[in-house]
Amino acid sequence: MRTFGLGDVWFILQAAQWTVLLSLVAFIGGAIGGLAIALSRTSGNVVLVRLSTAFTQVFQGTPLLMQLFLAFFGAPILGFEVSPWLAASIALILNTSAFLGEIWRGCIQAIPKGQWEAAYALGLNYVPRMRLVVLPQAWQIALPPTVGYLVQVLKGTSLAAIIGFTEITRAGQIINNATFQPLIVFSVVGAIYFALCWPLSLLAGRMERQLKLATTR
Amino acid sequence: MNYQFEFGAVFAAWPLLLKGTLMTLELSLSATVLGLIVAIACAWGKTSGPLPVRLVVNAYIELIRNTPFLVQLFFFFFALPAIGLRWSPHTAALIAMVVNLGAYATEIIRAGIESIPKGQIEAGLALNLKAHQIFRLVVLKPALRAIFPALSSQFILLMLTSSVVSVISADDLTSVAANLQSRTFRSFEIYIVVTAIYLSLALIFSFIFRTIERRSLSYPDRR
Repeated sequence: MRTFGLGDVWFILQAAQWTVLLSLVAFIGGAIGGLAIALSRTSGNVVLVRLSTAFTQVFQGTPLLMQLFLAFFGAPILGFEVSPWLAASIALILNTSAFLGEIWRGCIQAIPKGQWEAAYALGLNYVPRMRLVVLPQAWQIALPPTVGYLVQVLKGTSLAAIIGFTEITRAGQIINNATFQPLIVFSVVGAIYFALCWPLSLLAGRMERQLKLATTR
Repeated sequence: MNYQFEFGAVFAAWPLLLKGTLMTLELSLSATVLGLIVAIACAWGKTSGPLPVRLVVNAYIELIRNTPFLVQLFFFFFALPAIGLRWSPHTAALIAMVVNLGAYATEIIRAGIESIPKGQIEAGLALNLKAHQIFRLVVLKPALRAIFPALSSQFILLMLTSSVVSVISADDLTSVAANLQSRTFRSFEIYIVVTAIYLSLALIFSFIFRTIERRSLSYPDRR
């Protein structure tokens, strides 16, 4: 047994790189999936609406941990080997898609119907209507909750520790097993998460207040 | 794909799964009741307490909302016993859930209190209503109406998050799944079934909450 030192802090900080990387993968993949979900749910096409709504309900109605387990234990069954990396990425991307899709659906539907109708009256088809009229306005409303949701994605990556992905939490467990100083180890782990998440929370809050000021003139 | 699905062993263990489901429900419900008490106290402290109280409550909320539940769980289970606070996995899980929900619910309740326009209370005073009448008729129902959807989805979120407590081997549905897995080795089947149970719970509760909202919290039709 040894005592907790600077080297251990460094070890956890290096693991933080993987937390950040996994968060980025989840967020970028989830943004692409989320946009598809949001557009499907607002498309008016019965099949698309039903499918995307079911997807959202399943991923919002089940624990992220179960989604991770299913990706980790399920993928080998379909015939390919899955590393904790890949399993965590798949589960987090699908989960983030569902939540961002739900947030963005609300933002798209918040655009007054008159805007859709005006675009339609101007002879704009679906793609230019969304691209030129609806999405630019929805984007402004969507920005604060999207930044806020990044915090949830970051915190969600901690569960990847359970399937053996070495990020901040797993690194903390490893150090704790070697030093038996849980109080300091998990305080450091918590502090690193806080340092990553708090600025994002503050930014989201500030953006929200600015948006409120801009829209209540 | 030549995997043979084998659900027999999983379904044969239905009494265990039922017990796990009840444990998850028991844990989530008790954490919600206790968490709401914490949240009401904190919301009061944050809106009308003295400055030091407000600072402490704010620090608590920011700290909890910006760290993962898993780390909070580890902190209560592994770290606090090191300074003499020792408890069972079940108690540690419950405390972590109460502390976690408390922070989120404080913000929801505070928003609910602040959503009541001051003019409404003044109007109640002008109508010569007594304080308890104003609270019951003017403040409580609109405030409940404002916070109910957020609180109910927070409850469902807590129930789903509670699956994480299996990591410290606290008793819940997911820990039952983990035990079954080590006995039968049908990991994928077990997690499919358990995921389906969580999904049913989430759908049932959101149906119940929507019904309550429609029946008891909406205003009568003015037509």
